[in-house]
Amino acid sequence: MADIDKKQEMNGRRRFLVAATSIAGGIASIGVATPFVLSMMPSERAKAAGAPVEVDITKIEPGMLLLVEWRGKVVWILDRTPEMLANIKKLDSQVVDPKSEKPQQPPYCQNETRSIKPAILVVEGVCTHLGCSPVYRKDIAPADLGSDWLGGFFCPCPGTKFDLAGRVYKSVPAPTNLVVPPHMYLSDTQLLIGSDRKESA
Amino acid sequence: MGKRLASMMDWIDARFPLTETWKYHLAEYYAPKNFNFWYYFGSLAMLVLVNQLLTGIFLTMNYKPDANMAFGSVEYIMRDVDFGWLIRYMHSTGASMFFVVVYLHMFRGMMYGSYRKPRELLWLIGMAIFFVLMMLAFTGYILPWGQMSYWGAQVIVSMVGAIPVVGQTLSNWILGDFMLSDAALNRFFAYHVVTLPVLLVTLVFVHIVALHQVGSNNPDGIEIKANKDPVTHIPVDGIPFHPYYSVKDIVGVVGFLIVFCGIIFFMPEMGGYFLEYNNFIPANTLQTPDHIAPVWYFTPYYSMLRAVTVNFLWVDAKLWGILLMGGSVAIFALLPWLDRSPVKSIRYKGPYFKIALTLFVISVFVLGWLGTKSPTPLYTLLAQIFTVIYFAFFILMPWYSKIDKTKPEPKRVTE
Repeated sequence: MADIDKKQEMNGRRRFLVAATSIAGGIASIGVATPFVLSMMPSERAKAAGAPVEVDITKIEPGMLLLVEWRGKVVWILDRTPEMLANIKKLDSQVVDPKSEKPQQPPYCQNETRSIKPAILVVEGVCTHLGCSPVYRKDIAPADLGSDWLGGFFCPCPGTKFDLAGRVYKSVPAPTNLVVPPHMYLSDTQLLIGSDRKESA
Repeated sequence: MGKRLASMMDWIDARFPLTETWKYHLAEYYAPKNFNFWYYFGSLAMLVLVNQLLTGIFLTMNYKPDANMAFGSVEYIMRDVDFGWLIRYMHSTGASMFFVVVYLHMFRGMMYGSYRKPRELLWLIGMAIFFVLMMLAFTGYILPWGQMSYWGAQVIVSMVGAIPVVGQTLSNWILGDFMLSDAALNRFFAYHVVTLPVLLVTLVFVHIVALHQVGSNNPDGIEIKANKDPVTHIPVDGIPFHPYYSVKDIVGVVGFLIVFCGIIFFMPEMGGYFLEYNNFIPANTLQTPDHIAPVWYFTPYYSMLRAVTVNFLWVDAKLWGILLMGGSVAIFALLPWLDRSPVKSIRYKGPYFKIALTLFVISVFVLGWLGTKSPTPLYTLLAQIFTVIYFAFFILMPWYSKIDKTKPEPKRVTE
């Protein structure tokens, strides 16, 4: 310290030592911060909690919406009536992605009805805008949604509309169609949500 | 007795600068003598801060940050803990009143040009306080784990997920899970009661240190330090903070407490604006409430979030909404450099600034009101129009403030 007082300039050796100490200290700080930052990632218990769920759809009736919880999210199962399916086709010009080209569904659901069986829709009931769960509105042309409403899902939080295939309307805040989770039929009435391979069932 | 006290003060002063600090910040801190009604809100914000800290400590004694117990523990505080209802209502009303006084405090700064040189850094520290305050409000609102707690948090956390590339990982890191769950509630509790309050108190301290370095602005927007008494070097238009303004502020405190107590005792929910009705329903992860709206102090930003419905350039509508919402708060930080007027105070600014500020205030109120409503095509259109006005106030300021017809500032503060 004494010679700092004598002459204020930093000679090369001191400059090197200050830099080396600062770098070593910086690396040590990053090292100490690492376990704290990583402790905030999902725990092993949280990672283990994502198992697929089996659903019995024997009791579902046409037009009825069934709610299932998978990975803490709500999954909807909707048995669509023939009129509902006919209405979906009428909306091709009003939705953003009518052919489901964005990867919001497994390849086996990239079709007109976005489903394995045409009538049975399986989608995550999570709005692609900000994660709210939209409301199932099967009523045709209600006062609040306008006379051209043909039934679908309405998210009251940002005002997003989806049709009965979970396709998002144009000019609403949400960017993409509702997500179809991986799923498969174990039998005619047994649905497995969360996996599409037999061995993981 | 007096002698003994004086020698005790000497003993302390030799070891801690007590008398010096007292003089520098209170007895010999010279504030402009023309403070008006608008200058109450800084000290009132401190009062509310103390209220939040004290009531908060007592709430943690009975609250349980566990997804299965949180809602029940809040009801337990409300029903079974002696005076628990009072302490909780003081805290929940305090949260809303915090924003009332801070918004008025910020508006005062906008009217009198308190953000202008040499107070840019003071303004930026204030903006940091505002940001921490919003984080505190957000984390605090989650704790009761009611329907609005859960779905409000869901909406905010989804915004993080919208960040390109790293969004999903970042969202998992924030939540400590793949969805909003007990892990998130537990850590938001830690932020709300430890991290953020410590940060807030520190920033408030720094805010006051910075204020006392540059000195207070005043309704005339002129520097009282430019005109000092040649002998005493005290600003001729300055009066010591204590006792003059400490006494004045106590009058403000009395007035504030009358309103505050009125709300706590007669309308703690404020018709659903301070405590939303849906939050008296426990969180249900399978069903979003029919109508989602944030608490009133966030509704203007929320309106802007959902005002964007079309994709623009390579950014989709969702990300635009989020950017607009973030920008609407962050843009305040640029005010010191956007204002090119030769005068600071609205008293000497010209008609353009007065019209712009009026339109800005109207747009904040309209956006705030729209944010509490369900969106309809008309409301969305209104939100879009007023979002444009809101941003125009800032973005066009370098021009209209420059060409505005200002009046000359006085040499001395006016009474």
